[in-house]
Amino acid sequence: MNLCAKKGVTMRLEPIENPTVLRKLGLPAAALAATFLVASLLAMAAGANPFSVFGLILKGAFGSKFAVLETLNRATPLIFTGLAVAIAFRAKFWNIGAEAQLYAGALVTVVLGTGFLQWPAFAILPVLILFAVLAGAIVLLVPALLKTRFGVDEVVTTLLFNFIFLLFISMLLEGPLKDPMGMGWPKSARLIPDARLPRIVDGLRLHWGFGLALISAVMIWIIQTRSTLGYEMRAVGLNKEAAAFAGIPVNRVLVKTALLSGGLAALAGFSEVAGLKGSLTLDLSPGFGYTGIIVAMLALLNPLGVVVAALFVAGIFVGADSMSRAADVPTYLADIMLASALLMMVLAIMLTRFRVVRG
Amino acid sequence: MSTHPEEVLRLDGITKRFGELTANDAVSFSLAKGEVVALLGENGAGKTTLMNILFGQYTADNGTVSVFGKTLPPGNPRAALDAGVGMVHQHFTLADNMTVQENITLGTRPLFSGRLDRKAARQRIVELSERFHLAVSPDAKVGSLSVGERQRVEILKALYRDVRILILDEPTAVLTPQETDDLFATLRQAIANGLSIIFISHKLHEVMAIADRVVVLRHGKMVDGVAIKDTDKTALAALMMGAEATPPSVAPANPGATLMELRDVTTRDIGNAPGLKSVSLALRSGQIIGLAGVSGNGQAAMAEIVGGQRKPADGSLALAGEDITKWTPRTAVQNGIARIPEDRHKTGTIADFDLTENAILERYNDAPFSRGGWLDWRKSHRFASEIIEKYDVRCPGPDTTIRLLSGGNMQKLILGRVLEAAPQIILANQPVRGLDIGAVNYVHSQLLEARNRGAAVLLISEDLDEIMGLADVIYVIAEGRLSPTFARGEKTPAELGLWMAGQGFDEPVREEGGHHAS
Repeated sequence: MNLCAKKGVTMRLEPIENPTVLRKLGLPAAALAATFLVASLLAMAAGANPFSVFGLILKGAFGSKFAVLETLNRATPLIFTGLAVAIAFRAKFWNIGAEAQLYAGALVTVVLGTGFLQWPAFAILPVLILFAVLAGAIVLLVPALLKTRFGVDEVVTTLLFNFIFLLFISMLLEGPLKDPMGMGWPKSARLIPDARLPRIVDGLRLHWGFGLALISAVMIWIIQTRSTLGYEMRAVGLNKEAAAFAGIPVNRVLVKTALLSGGLAALAGFSEVAGLKGSLTLDLSPGFGYTGIIVAMLALLNPLGVVVAALFVAGIFVGADSMSRAADVPTYLADIMLASALLMMVLAIMLTRFRVVRG
Repeated sequence: MSTHPEEVLRLDGITKRFGELTANDAVSFSLAKGEVVALLGENGAGKTTLMNILFGQYTADNGTVSVFGKTLPPGNPRAALDAGVGMVHQHFTLADNMTVQENITLGTRPLFSGRLDRKAARQRIVELSERFHLAVSPDAKVGSLSVGERQRVEILKALYRDVRILILDEPTAVLTPQETDDLFATLRQAIANGLSIIFISHKLHEVMAIADRVVVLRHGKMVDGVAIKDTDKTALAALMMGAEATPPSVAPANPGATLMELRDVTTRDIGNAPGLKSVSLALRSGQIIGLAGVSGNGQAAMAEIVGGQRKPADGSLALAGEDITKWTPRTAVQNGIARIPEDRHKTGTIADFDLTENAILERYNDAPFSRGGWLDWRKSHRFASEIIEKYDVRCPGPDTTIRLLSGGNMQKLILGRVLEAAPQIILANQPVRGLDIGAVNYVHSQLLEARNRGAAVLLISEDLDEIMGLADVIYVIAEGRLSPTFARGEKTPAELGLWMAGQGFDEPVREEGGHHAS
């Protein structure tokens, strides 16, 4: 009796016990190369020379002082959401809700920063940061407790929370938070000057949110590599069973991870409102929470890598805007480039651990 | 090889490298019709790799596999199966919620088949189970079967697919002595029917009892292939080890005060395995207590109770007279309980952590490994290096990912991790399962040394030889209940086997779920 009736060419994954350095570094590089290849084909389909398109993107993102500052500003919220996702994913806590936590941070900033607190800047900004972080942490605490207490899948809860929270914000902007001077637009009042994040250098359009993002990245990196909490988070992410056996309080670690992750995502909302926009609208974030997932994955969940990945992603977005004006190629090219970069990188990660064999 | 005319399987010059490590180095041997070849070797000697190559799970760097004279295409798992090679794994691959018949026929027929088909299949299964002495009901749900019965289903599954070559990986690890005898009867019947068998085992007396020829692997190289009639246990052990292996000698015990006590402890069942049923047990200083029993009779619950992972549903625990009923793994470690877990891959270590990170796994929160929430990597690193040196962990260094170590070296790291604190109570759950003789002797001598300096050791094992060789007092666990105490040498293996099968207890063991071994 034959076990399998059908025969054909099939493929299978064989684990690689000990991947070489070449494999570990070469494959992500190949993933980026493949991304540019896909983008080149699309640029050609749009009737443009791919090299001039990439040149224009590069120039648009880093070609002038103004462009660089614009890219850094755009990278700021992505660093925060990227860190939020990276730290949660490291513990295998799948936080897809950075968008909701971002808006929670923004909400607290406009509630407390539009005149409710009348203090000087050196006192008001730390309080705003503290409460924004708390708000984001609480928003993610609910899915974390649902997971650890009742085993509810956090992918579902955090994802759905995004929609609930955005509708909640929308309700507030149409109601109690609506700016009476806003000529009917669903928009909050403006922050008082002392609640605004100052610019790093006078006259240059780069605010301290970027500095805060860099400091956060370094802090998270130190926590992950040097603290017992970071060790616990990595242990829980790699092997829950062994972690529990060794006496690591798995559920408590997951809750702490969630609080940290939610707080980081909320800082993105705080920094966008206090550093850039000055008020809260429903288009505050063009999906920074979701793009944070791409940033974290491109960075292979490394907190310092998140900064580099966020600059890369922000550069593509900013560069694509000016490229689009010059070369008449739609800006959607940026979205496609990011999507394919993510896919290629996920594939590259898999191929560092497995090789494909026939059979 | 010349004694048997018809060659059914030949491995020729198989070489497989993983980076620096050569798992198989030009291994060649053959198997004849009606022959049993035992594959013997230390853990990490390359037995599993060799079988994975035979089954196309890995592609060999060099060499060929041929079955019935035809060379198998490398890296194709179906080729070996189609050629009539079947394997019974150490961990069974059965679906608990399906019947024996459904498990056996799974994948051999279209999804929807007529009643006639099923009737024919059933008839064939009954016929096979009679011919090969594999007593099992085709309609029983696999989830309700004992481990021995499940193994019979696995063998039936292979026979049903008309295999001509049967490979058994450590088949006796989970069996009582009586069940092992039954298995050997089945294997002899299979040989009489013209099958050929590869028998992978660590137990020398079993190899001597069943095999015609033995192939010894050491560090990936084939050191010898000898006929059983030309060798003996001592010679085989020496071949495996590369040196004469001496089991540790056991000095008389000098038991002292009771360190830990379980009083009428009852726990809930763990999945299919029963929990403890009103168990009382005292762990005394300077004594090794052996807990014998067939797998899945409450050992897991016992280990979790002593290790702090589970709280009793009823009854209490005391440590030096103090009530510790409500403690956790963390408090167990803090109170000096050394825990050697049953599964070193899944619970004992974190595969992707390096040796340093694994060495501090239980104590990362205490000085000197951390202070105020910050880890001291330098001291942790030094601790791991000390363990590596003192416990002879063979590895490139403390930064090596533990996944790359063999089972024996992993176990040595775990031993070092828990024994370095000079614990007073040691819970050793299957501490030598899957280890080679060298590592086995090493682990045993460490446990004896701890006993001699006054530690209480609870040794849980499914290997009766290990219990009888090492334990000062023996308990048998069956269906979550504890037998009376037996002194060393008081009972023969056969007598203990009856207790392991659930006989001798005051009241008959309940047949709930049918866990008992028959």
